[in-house]
Amino acid sequence: MPKVTIDGTELEVAPGTTILQACQQAGVEIPHFCYHERLQIAGNCRMCLVEVERSPKPVASCAMPVADGNVILTQSEKARKARHGVMEMLLLNHPLDCPICDQGGECDLQDQAMAYGFDRGRFDEGKRAVRDKDFGPLVATSMNRCIHCTRCIRFLNEIAGVEELGATGRGEAMEITTYVERALGSELSANIVDLCPVGALTSKPYAFVARPWELRKTESVDVLDAVGSNIRIDARGDQVLRVLPRLNEDVNEEWLSDKSRFAVDGLVHRRLDRPYIRRGGRLVEVEWSEALDLVADRMKATPPERIAAIAGDLCDAETMFAAKELLQGLGAQSLDCRQDGARLDSACRAGYLFNTTIAGIERADACLLIGTNPRREAALVNARLRKRYLMGGFRVAAIGPELNLTYPAEMLGDGGDALNALVEGNHPCGEILRNAKAPMLILGQGALRRPDGDRVLGAARALAEACGMIRDDWNGFNVLHVAAARVGGLELGFVPGPGGSGTAAILAGCKSGATELLYLLGADECDLGNTGGAFVIYQGHHGDRGAARADVILPGAAYTEKDASWVNTEGRVQPGRRATFPPGEAREDWTILRALSGALGRTLPYDSLPELRARMRAAHPGFAHIDAIVPAAWGPFGAAGPVDPAPFTYPVDDYYRTDPISRASPTMAKCSQLFGGHPDAAPRTGTHG
Amino acid sequence: MNALSRRARSLLLWELLAGMALTLRYMFRRPVTVNYPYEKGPLSPRFRGEHALRRYPNGEERCIACKLCEAICPALAITIEAEPRDDGSRRTTRYDIDMTKCIYCGYCQEACPVDAIVEGPNFEFAAETREELFYDKEKLLANGDRWEAEIAKALSLAAPYR
Repeated sequence: MPKVTIDGTELEVAPGTTILQACQQAGVEIPHFCYHERLQIAGNCRMCLVEVERSPKPVASCAMPVADGNVILTQSEKARKARHGVMEMLLLNHPLDCPICDQGGECDLQDQAMAYGFDRGRFDEGKRAVRDKDFGPLVATSMNRCIHCTRCIRFLNEIAGVEELGATGRGEAMEITTYVERALGSELSANIVDLCPVGALTSKPYAFVARPWELRKTESVDVLDAVGSNIRIDARGDQVLRVLPRLNEDVNEEWLSDKSRFAVDGLVHRRLDRPYIRRGGRLVEVEWSEALDLVADRMKATPPERIAAIAGDLCDAETMFAAKELLQGLGAQSLDCRQDGARLDSACRAGYLFNTTIAGIERADACLLIGTNPRREAALVNARLRKRYLMGGFRVAAIGPELNLTYPAEMLGDGGDALNALVEGNHPCGEILRNAKAPMLILGQGALRRPDGDRVLGAARALAEACGMIRDDWNGFNVLHVAAARVGGLELGFVPGPGGSGTAAILAGCKSGATELLYLLGADECDLGNTGGAFVIYQGHHGDRGAARADVILPGAAYTEKDASWVNTEGRVQPGRRATFPPGEAREDWTILRALSGALGRTLPYDSLPELRARMRAAHPGFAHIDAIVPAAWGPFGAAGPVDPAPFTYPVDDYYRTDPISRASPTMAKCSQLFGGHPDAAPRTGTHG
Repeated sequence: MNALSRRARSLLLWELLAGMALTLRYMFRRPVTVNYPYEKGPLSPRFRGEHALRRYPNGEERCIACKLCEAICPALAITIEAEPRDDGSRRTTRYDIDMTKCIYCGYCQEACPVDAIVEGPNFEFAAETREELFYDKEKLLANGDRWEAEIAKALSLAAPYR
């Protein structure tokens, strides 16, 4: 272990540590621009210069590994002068346009120029001018401001895995460019906005909207996919203005997918802000009491076996718990949270969780993807798989139609026949999984939502057991969910009770008359086209497919407007917090169910969210473990038998429009139109129109 | 003796005469009052009166929606909303000053990097209703157009001392 002395303090650090990292460990701040702990070291901004004794010149600390006995001076006259010189040089060509720059107030260059710069410039010549580039509908560019740190290039090449950005020219002529004018084709592209230490890359939908000091910051969790990315919601007044990622090493590291970041402008469009009742084929605005009384009357008049409820993809756990208590109290058993019909079993936790955990992917050495395209379904899980691939010694195989994952994957076949062959042990690729030390498989909703989904589940389970994926210290069986509500619903048992029916049977029952009353908790993704004469109640926040069919609309709160919990695909319970209030007369969802229970004369035994949570935790102890993984015990699940050889389909067709919020978002509509919904589709070249 | 002289003065109306002499003396001096509103006193070029938003000589509004005035305003009297204009430049869509909140400290003028928001020499903007004192962008730009000559002169006079 090398020993170094930093500003007179002796410190022992791990071999291979750079001087900058050693200084950070010692609590000494070194200014820097190009260095980023998750990217490769470039060493081109020179801001991190320090003095090392017996070294003739100042040393770029980000790129220099420590040697035993190094004496490092970060505050010496030489280091200070070097920094001043570098800062002055960076500012030579940097325009003095902070007042119109969106980075103003959260700009590294601004902060460091205050701390380490001169108070005036000595450069009288003209500054350089660089043409702005078009990086698509999400990232705005102002290339005069670029200081060539190359963080954006490194991010896209390494982490996003799309080699679309690069630099042309040298020295002052250097430009960051996509070579041919085109939008960045990556579902992680907007992370370069966060990475850019200056205002060269800024958020296009947020352009000129607000200054960082005006915003009210709320730490919450994202629900637009099942990853449960940790986010910070920035709001001003009653409007959410932007969403930024929050650090969580176990989930999203510090990245965020484009949909989660930019779909929030859908929160102000097509909102349900007051109750409606359908009269004579038209939805008429009514008061809460009238809507609740009507729902209560219909519920009382309907036999419980003809009442059904379907929970949507964005539904929070508290709401599902309250709905389940209310409806089961009435005697209704037809509840389902699987609106796509996925044949998942709620009895065995290990059978529906991402057991390896997202961070655990880094310990795997072989991975089989079954009917899933993680790039569209869970972009940050895909980023983690790519990170593991870059670490080396990781083989990926996939069953399903052709896909583009940003890392090489061996395509084993289109569908069930390849899975059958693997389970029977006569596929050559099975050898790789069996020989791997930590093999894992990821089972997607595309394979599970088929009629033979339970047999796919059983086959995957058999394969996992046969390949040694299930050990005391390792569980390589993973289900990748698409809906943020799904795992929470399964944990709460929001599934058909004894004698109850699932989504498909409920909807068929609506047609045949077996289901007379259907309660939709924000369920928009199931086929409501032919629901016969059933009385449909829609509780949700957007006027989407469910509201279009509804007979009564009860306006609820979107994920930024309520304190609620969601469970991500790993089974991690995470609290979301309210950033703004729901619009108009809309209310937090659990309070609607509580009010409805009062109108029904079956008042739910809680008046506040803490009381509801206490009751939920008493019934389901897993919900007491916030932001933690409770390992699931292995057990029986799935069904035996061969899988239908038909090809799998992927559940997410249009990455940018998967839920009511993103469908209402103008930014997502632009992206969807530009990329045809597929940021991962074959890249367009210069000869494309 | 004291008591005697007081009584004598009082009897001879001495105080009254002394007071009238003072009054008479002031009648021959220059008056300190002005006949407002027909006459007005001098104003410093740094006088902080009614706000105005200025324009460049080509008619382009100066304000770039940097929001520094909004940030520095100690009375939280300024509200700004911005978005990209059609030509892509950064402009306000809303610039409101609540003149009933304003304390005329002049910080907004100090903070402005483009000399857009200024406190002009006008102090005669009393209104009959509160609503008239909630200034919007249109009103402020109109102020700027009306007072530009005076404002420009005041700024140039104050410039050497900034």
